[in-house]
Amino acid sequence: MSFPWAKEYTPAHPFMKWMDEKLPVPRLIYNAVGGGYEVPRNLNYFWNFGFLAGLCLVIQIVTGIVMAMHYAANTGVAFDTIEMTVRDVNWGWMFRYAHANGASAFFVVIYIHIFRGFYYGSYKAPREMVWLLGVVIFLLMMATAFMGYVLPWGQMSFWGAKVITGLFGAIPFVGEPLQQWLLGGFAPDNAALNRFFSLHYLLPFVILGVVILHIWALHIPGSSNPTGVEIKSESDTVPFYPYYVAKDGWAIGVFAIAFAAMVFFFPNALGHPDNYIPANPMSTPAHIVPEWYFWPFYAILRAFTQDFFFIPAKLMGVLAMFGAILVWFFLPWLDKSPVRSGSYRPTYKKFFWFGLIPAMAVLFYCGGAPAAEPYVMFSQIAGLYYFAHFLIILPVVSAIEKPLPLPYSITEAVLGKDEGAELAPSA
Amino acid sequence: MAEEDGVRRRDFINIAAVSAAGVAGVGVVIPMVSQMSASADVLAASSTEVDISNIDPGQAIKAVFRKQPVFVRNLTPKEISEANAVPLSSLRDPQTLAERTKEGKENWLITMGVCTHLGCVPLGAGEGENRGEFGGYFCPCHGSAYDTAARIRKGPAPKNLEVPEYEFTSDTVVKIG
Amino acid sequence: MARILSILVGLFFTVALAWSFGKGAYTQITEPPALTAEHEFHLHPKKVHFASDGAFGKFDRQQLQRGFQVYKEVCSACHSLSHVAFRDLAQLGYSEAEVKAIAAGFSVPGTDPNTGEATMRPGTPTDYFPKPFANDIAARAANNNAVPPDLSLMTKARHNGPAYVYSLLTGFTEQPAELLKEFPEAKTPSGLHYNPYFANLNLAMAPPLTADGQVEYGDGTKPTVDQMAKDVSAFLIWTAEPKLEKRKQTGWAVLGFLLFATILGYMSYRNIWAGKKH
Repeated sequence: MSFPWAKEYTPAHPFMKWMDEKLPVPRLIYNAVGGGYEVPRNLNYFWNFGFLAGLCLVIQIVTGIVMAMHYAANTGVAFDTIEMTVRDVNWGWMFRYAHANGASAFFVVIYIHIFRGFYYGSYKAPREMVWLLGVVIFLLMMATAFMGYVLPWGQMSFWGAKVITGLFGAIPFVGEPLQQWLLGGFAPDNAALNRFFSLHYLLPFVILGVVILHIWALHIPGSSNPTGVEIKSESDTVPFYPYYVAKDGWAIGVFAIAFAAMVFFFPNALGHPDNYIPANPMSTPAHIVPEWYFWPFYAILRAFTQDFFFIPAKLMGVLAMFGAILVWFFLPWLDKSPVRSGSYRPTYKKFFWFGLIPAMAVLFYCGGAPAAEPYVMFSQIAGLYYFAHFLIILPVVSAIEKPLPLPYSITEAVLGKDEGAELAPSA
Repeated sequence: MAEEDGVRRRDFINIAAVSAAGVAGVGVVIPMVSQMSASADVLAASSTEVDISNIDPGQAIKAVFRKQPVFVRNLTPKEISEANAVPLSSLRDPQTLAERTKEGKENWLITMGVCTHLGCVPLGAGEGENRGEFGGYFCPCHGSAYDTAARIRKGPAPKNLEVPEYEFTSDTVVKIG
Repeated sequence: MARILSILVGLFFTVALAWSFGKGAYTQITEPPALTAEHEFHLHPKKVHFASDGAFGKFDRQQLQRGFQVYKEVCSACHSLSHVAFRDLAQLGYSEAEVKAIAAGFSVPGTDPNTGEATMRPGTPTDYFPKPFANDIAARAANNNAVPPDLSLMTKARHNGPAYVYSLLTGFTEQPAELLKEFPEAKTPSGLHYNPYFANLNLAMAPPLTADGQVEYGDGTKPTVDQMAKDVSAFLIWTAEPKLEKRKQTGWAVLGFLLFATILGYMSYRNIWAGKKH
């Protein structure tokens, strides 16, 4: 939606006028991230992470294209081509480290982006579609990251491929043929490596497509904001350019400093040493774990240690792991609260800060720990809370909780009641 | 006045910030361009040693240097005199046979087997191949003909076949590169 | 309706987890897991400092050359270094002629140009370090059924790799008496060697550095076992990441620029938002 006070794109130069008639891309950009897009003036820094996520996608695509120029998807040479890239290609080491750490950076940013959505109720109407597309992006990212991790064909690559495709083996009846179909064989080998490479190159562009839809869907109602109160008048908003361009711009700087510190000084801190050992199908590393961004879901997978009635523990774990993300799709309809922002929902806020966040922290920690006690017991308790939070606590609390009084408008929230009332025309 | 200075200072900061972003962009492009140039393992010039003891006068062999063919030809006295008989002024790329061989080893003509037109491999090194109307090499792609000193005589190629760097490490071994 | 469904699904998962938790906790209490010898006697790597450590770390090229000598004279009998080419040794400070001489001292697999048969020929700078065994089966057969791992990436392929290599090389001891008393069945099998820095405490490799002076250094450094272990660990830091120095130097330049650009960006942001309450 374009607000009535949004500035219209008016090309001045004859070339721009000509362009506007033939292919109005400049108009599109102006209305999307330029002066024509009105944004709530009260966004806090958590709202920078959407832009940063887009930047991460660009970093990954660019460094990934470079890596693909030197990589060969063949089990005989895959490991060596990566080493060759790092040792002999000009700046190859930098692209390699940037691509590997870029995946981690992307997930850091996206987790903050998602939890921003949880806290401020960004998934609620009228932004359900934005949220649904966002969850799709997250799933695509997980698939892409997983397949990318297989490509260096180190020990973790190989055993990751084996274990994750093994998850599909848990599905009753079709599991085993499905796993074989996914791998194109009985175990990960050339067929699997080649298709993973093909898909790892394809999926980022699919993500890019869904990102465009995500932004398109966002621009219909416009951005949410920390109060959760919808935009009422011109004084509630500022144009994206120059205000949020400047704010995102300096946020990029902060992000880039953190990212460069990782790439240049701790490039292997988030990786697993075993992936510097070439894949050996005959011997599993003592302690296999996925990359850190999968840990919460990996912890949930491992938390189901007992058969539940007629459902085997293995299937239960797989169901729960996928269920833990799929439940996000239903959030817009599980949350019945008339208020979006957690800031005005005292009970929900407590469950968020003292329930969900600690539970996630425990799941993160335990997912990376060995599959031994007490970690399994911790992840069982945390996983229990995780499901209870979204499926039981949220629907119940949102229905019975009495929210705090909301400000009349964003302007009032920012400027205070008196000053705000002057600026805002009576509705 | 003070107001205007403030405005100018602010503009300056914005321009500086945008310029810094531009510099960062260039800084990213440089390694991206650089990574496509030959990598260290490719550049580590591999030299090739060729055993020439089995090449009789009038014969030639193909060796490999930097992933491209090299022609090593043992010229006959007739071929040498033919080459020396050509007036330099008539050549497109004037060079004498002596300039294209090592002193005392004028019968050993060592050239890249890469046509200087567009890079095809000329015929003439193999037994029974078409050596063109000047008795040297003939490139079938676009009809360049080289003489017995592998100099361009006819056709679109601009230069003589390139003579790589080489040395005789013994009477029977040539080290190319 | 949606809410009732959601609560039912929620109960399904939470009850299943509670069931797993309950059974797990019960087992934990009734049958506490037995401690293992690894659990009690495995040691973290010793603390050791290398010139290349830290954000400003640089290689000590003299040390790398000594470490290379240790690799060449001791380790290379069993361990390959397959990602390193002789030409890379120029980075250790060797001259071109020295690199050629080192390469020629190794024989590498080649092809007879006349017969096409596989032969061995002297190495050239573009060759990679040859493998001591033709394949894993040969390696296994010659080494008590254990394959000596490639060392090129060893310091990146273990947690705290450089210290791990150093500790392992200097960590061979007699099996402690307490261990045998507590876990009599954990006695080091014959043919293996006790080393508390190895994950399962017993490894097939015999202590490779046994006596001071095993390698004769040309630069006057005293070749104690400790010194040799440290030098070869430093060398393996280099083989695992020859670009380490360039990485750190580039890092400082990039960070410096980014800091400057970010401060400008922040000032510009403050300018643009000046007077706009938010």
